[in-house]
Amino acid sequence: MTVEGTAARSTTRRSGGTGKRASAARKKKTATSATAEPELVQLLTPQGERVEHPDYAIDPTPEELRGLYRDMMLTRRFDAEATALQRQGELGLWASLLGQEAAQIGSARALHDDDYVFPTYREHGVAWVRGVDPTNLLGMFRGVNHGGWDPNSNNFHLYTIVIGSQTLHATGYAMGVAKDGADSAVVAYFGDGASSQGDVAEAFTFAAVYNAPVVFFCQNNQWAISEPAERQSRVPIYQRAAGFGFPGVRVDGNDVLACLAVTKAAVERARSGQGPMLVEAFTYRMGAHTTSDDPTKYRRDEEREAWEAKDPILRLRTLLEKEKLADKAFLDAVDEESDALAKRVRDAVRTMPNPDTMAIFEHVYADGHALVDEERAQYAEYLASFEPEEAK
Amino acid sequence: MAATKMPLAKALNESLRKAMEDNPKVLVMGEDVGKLGGVFRITDGLQKDFGEDRVIDTPLAESGIIGTAIGLALRGYRPVAEIQFDGFVFPAYDQIVTQLAKMHARALGKVKVPVVIRIPYAGGIGAVEHHSESPEALFAHVAGLKCVSPSNSSDAYWMMQQAIESDDPVIFFEPKRRYWDKGEVDTAAIPGPLHTARVARQGGDLTLAAYGPMVKTCLEAATAAADEGRSLEVVDLRSMSPIDFDTLQRSVEKTGRLVVVHEAPVFLGTGSEIAARITERCFYHLEAPVLRVGGFHAPYPPARLEDEYLPGLDRVLDAVDRALAY
Repeated sequence: MTVEGTAARSTTRRSGGTGKRASAARKKKTATSATAEPELVQLLTPQGERVEHPDYAIDPTPEELRGLYRDMMLTRRFDAEATALQRQGELGLWASLLGQEAAQIGSARALHDDDYVFPTYREHGVAWVRGVDPTNLLGMFRGVNHGGWDPNSNNFHLYTIVIGSQTLHATGYAMGVAKDGADSAVVAYFGDGASSQGDVAEAFTFAAVYNAPVVFFCQNNQWAISEPAERQSRVPIYQRAAGFGFPGVRVDGNDVLACLAVTKAAVERARSGQGPMLVEAFTYRMGAHTTSDDPTKYRRDEEREAWEAKDPILRLRTLLEKEKLADKAFLDAVDEESDALAKRVRDAVRTMPNPDTMAIFEHVYADGHALVDEERAQYAEYLASFEPEEAK
Repeated sequence: MAATKMPLAKALNESLRKAMEDNPKVLVMGEDVGKLGGVFRITDGLQKDFGEDRVIDTPLAESGIIGTAIGLALRGYRPVAEIQFDGFVFPAYDQIVTQLAKMHARALGKVKVPVVIRIPYAGGIGAVEHHSESPEALFAHVAGLKCVSPSNSSDAYWMMQQAIESDDPVIFFEPKRRYWDKGEVDTAAIPGPLHTARVARQGGDLTLAAYGPMVKTCLEAATAAADEGRSLEVVDLRSMSPIDFDTLQRSVEKTGRLVVVHEAPVFLGTGSEIAARITERCFYHLEAPVLRVGGFHAPYPPARLEDEYLPGLDRVLDAVDRALAY
């Protein structure tokens, strides 16, 4: 998926490289740079070893562990298929989640059905866990709609393209949850780039001031298209929460158990009326930002290789095998299921009908609008003017 | 009779109160709307009676106000968000345009975002920069939003409740220099539809079309013109999105001439759209081109110059003269 490095690429890096060198120097000076790895909650090492954390204990059953593995495998396979479909011209664009499976599956598995999720546009794993049919995620990328699912049937809002906008919607929704006296929580997903947006800062302010039951789940995948995380913040993102008056924690975003445990704690905290929390999942986007992007222009192969060694799925598989929690039959069954899902997705995309022309005019307003009615009628008349000729 | 005389500001206050009484899901939110009752006191006393949970003093963050209002609407509430002054809406413009306006369509009708955004707008009160702008065309241009502006107390009372009842986002432009004008409000009346224009004065020689603060100016112009033997019809559009072109067309077919008056800059403004559409609809009835009177293609001027900038009687009557001279 990622184009391998070339000499030309390293030239690019050198010519545009003052930022790189300067940032390396900054890193030395600043103890807590945005990309350092301090205080990372980890429960499963890259070698597949379980480790303890004093604040975030978790004891998943073997079945739950297998479930997490299955979720991550299916999500990765779905994602790979979508990327392939884009390459085949079936999708206009795809935003791959490759590498972020643990952050998404772990966090989403911490939620109850009545919790509400406000995603950005890369939360395919979260959507999977929420029960949104993966084929529904592809409509907007194929260009047949701007959404594709009913947000209320899975408590999973539509993807949001404008960066960070949804963190305010989540906060407002959470304010409503609190007014209702309900004990559900709301989760806003966003990325490291979005953390620079004013809307995210305003969401933090509102959430803190109104003690809203919202969890801000930031997937710091290190890159906002070509801008590194250190261009977004001079302190680790999770530390920003302190300035707003609520806790922030950094979790190993490639550790599904840690993501599950920390999100569970954050969501419980919100549900019990203790207000918002920021979770920064320190992870890595292994693919491109979207299929339109070329990461070889701005990042080094070694970086990706270092992160590949921390692959979220591999480490859980190592644990499952080492502790004999999954046999070959199970692993094979997941592989088969993955292939079946990929085929289903492929077939669904290729047979996805184009929307009816008149859909342009549908749902612009809930209560109708005279201008839309007029234009709809005019355009219908225009289209109808071709029909007699065709009939002949 | 339930009819009483009250200033436009009081009518808005009574309307918000009625809406909150009728529907526990209605919330009022914004900067200073609680204890202070808003800088124009439109929400005066509401927090005392409905509590801090329903009349929400917010942080000073416009995008935050609208973004959280969207979230509250998604949860089933009907937020009425106040933007303190017209020129302060732009930090929220992204949320309004990219999110609020489009969400119902993106969800194929599965979610509704019945948010009302109240904006005290337009000039004439001698305020400082950013406190006197008329950005209505910027919102009316955006599909998914509805835009209205009352010109009198009765409309203020009824249109606010209708805007809150609407399942669509409504930008509610309040003509701040008319806040203190008194008018009859019949709280037992049966109001007309929110987006219907109203013939405010009958006439036969020329139609003046206006909305919000300029309706009063146009009525005064019609009175002055009557002294000169000219019979002007005044149409109060009441809604800038959608625009009730049918009512306007009927008037223009009768009078044959149209002058559109608004405070906002003329260039690419509401009047441009009206001129184009009425020309299409009434080409053979028109005795003169549709003329526009409004602001200049310049930033809203300092207060000492706003009387020059804002259309007054003379500029309206000058346009009437020009139209009648064809």
